[in-house]
Amino acid sequence: MHTETKDHAELATVFNKDEARVDWHDETLWWIRQKRDKAVNHLPEWELLRETASQIKDNVLSNLAGYLVQFEGNAQKNGIIVHWAADAAEHNNIVLGLLHSKGITKMVKSKSMLTEECHLNEYLENNGIEVIDSDLGERIVQLAKEPPSHIVLPCIHKKKEEIGDLFHLHLGTPAGNADPQFLTETARQHLRETFLTRRAALTGVNFAVAETGEFVVCTNEGNADMGAHLADIHIASMGIEKIIPKRKNLGVFLRLLTRSATGQPITTYSSHFSKPRKGTEIHIIIVDNGRSKQLGREDFRNSLKCIRCGACMNTCPVYRRSGGHSYHNAISGPIGAILAPNLDMEKYADLPFASTLCGSCSNVCPVKIDIHQQLYKWRQVIVQNGYAPAGKKAAMKLMSLTLSSPAAYHMGGKAGRFVMKYAPFAVNNKLNPWYKQRDMPEPPKESFGEWYAKNRKA
Amino acid sequence: MTTREQILDAIRANQPALTALPGVIIPADNIDLQAKFTETLTTIGGKVIKAQGYDDVIAYIKNITNAGHRIISSIAGLAEVISTGEASPLPHSLQDTELAIIKAHFGVAENGAVWITEDQLSQRVLPFICQHLIIILNADDLVANMHQAYEKIGNEHYGYGTFIAGPSKTADIEQSLVLGAHGSRSMTIFLIS
Repeated sequence: MHTETKDHAELATVFNKDEARVDWHDETLWWIRQKRDKAVNHLPEWELLRETASQIKDNVLSNLAGYLVQFEGNAQKNGIIVHWAADAAEHNNIVLGLLHSKGITKMVKSKSMLTEECHLNEYLENNGIEVIDSDLGERIVQLAKEPPSHIVLPCIHKKKEEIGDLFHLHLGTPAGNADPQFLTETARQHLRETFLTRRAALTGVNFAVAETGEFVVCTNEGNADMGAHLADIHIASMGIEKIIPKRKNLGVFLRLLTRSATGQPITTYSSHFSKPRKGTEIHIIIVDNGRSKQLGREDFRNSLKCIRCGACMNTCPVYRRSGGHSYHNAISGPIGAILAPNLDMEKYADLPFASTLCGSCSNVCPVKIDIHQQLYKWRQVIVQNGYAPAGKKAAMKLMSLTLSSPAAYHMGGKAGRFVMKYAPFAVNNKLNPWYKQRDMPEPPKESFGEWYAKNRKA
Repeated sequence: MTTREQILDAIRANQPALTALPGVIIPADNIDLQAKFTETLTTIGGKVIKAQGYDDVIAYIKNITNAGHRIISSIAGLAEVISTGEASPLPHSLQDTELAIIKAHFGVAENGAVWITEDQLSQRVLPFICQHLIIILNADDLVANMHQAYEKIGNEHYGYGTFIAGPSKTADIEQSLVLGAHGSRSMTIFLIS
């Protein structure tokens, strides 16, 4: 059965209804992009760092199985328990099993895009487990019952007044108070209680070091550490591509990650977990969920180099003006648009088309993923596989007919100029997607062909 | 076939031909490490104080705390200001810590981070759960960048280690920077020479 999937353009239309808000969203993200530039310009070796990081990741992908086995062995030597999950369902099942085995019904979680990808919260809640997200931005979208709209800035789409309203409703703050300092302090008090009473904490993994069996978690808030150091069981979920070969490679990636993400020289906390605390357990779940398949796609495997900094989103003119939720995928923006079709080509067929192909994403990517070229290549794969939207297919067919016949081409041009001149309402209406947020141009009096035929003799 | 074998087989079937792991040769600039470290940490919300020894630190602590404050440190030289009381094996018992004073191995000039390992902490949670954090750092123990930092760490074994750069912070609400998200509200570093 064919089900009509949600479409980036349709969702962006909803986002674009409030023009002032779109401008604000656009400017906020561009400001973060500028902070990134400032930080990057301090380092004369930036391009060398990017190239080195890219090559390290090339090496990782070329020996991924070897590094995973090495990591597993070293982590186990350190007393960490390692699990493997082929897909989201298996990952979620492992987490639930671990909680059940300890008789735990409440868990605190720090940021992990992988658990968003796996829809872990929903699964656990359906199975009687309460999950509280501890990153402030994630807590806010959790209270709003929304997914994060950005991988680094989960509630970048929300105005402080809306956050004030949410806190008033859920945390009992005074109505109308939207002061970020006050709201953050409220969240601090509320979540401190959570940290102190949760026996299980789940974190993501930024980097896992094959050579040592340790893994690194980066936060600015300190929420991953607060959760993990107060819990009896720390579960860390990682995609197979999070591996790096050596500890010293962290020097390269930690220099790139936060400068690219927010323009900070490093996150406040870069914590290296090697062994569990006395009397407690650390479990690592290594998740595939389509990544090994992406590894086999020569044109797209580079997407697995991603270190989730979000720089491609902050710079993308389409992301900035359509919002993260328009991508209807856990990871939005340009990188999400090249990762998602691997998981479900039909469901995410629209995403590679949500781009101007300007290439800004590739220019800022700290690991030099050729994002815009992959977007272009995905379009071809999607059309070849018959997943292009019906409207686009029809339009392209018509275009190809017109462009292959000079008579049809001249006729089409004439008809277009005639209609735009004498019946502009026929194109200046909601049925024409080119009319959205813009007026159609003044039609020229004649085509270049006609002009040339007239003037050639003169 | 187990999931592990299934995943590893799929990866082996799909991974490209082996490429070399690049070396990293990025020379550190010849910079004034103390000045750079101080400048960077100040920019990210931290504070740097130059001191001669523990007497300066003790005087500072007396000045910013009062009798009711719980002050935690395992540094013997600070015994005079450290709160007494029975040590609990539970990290949760540190929840009312006003101030923690911790020694760091070294600092990194390019980002203002200091490297701390588990053996310098009574509990891993200490630098996070305290309201305010003081770090004691030998002024000579500074490196220029993260490559040198990891060179210094080398193959050292630790159960847990962390780089801390400034106070806990968030800008999740409309990008307004707020210090004191979940971890310490302030970070003051004493550079002891």
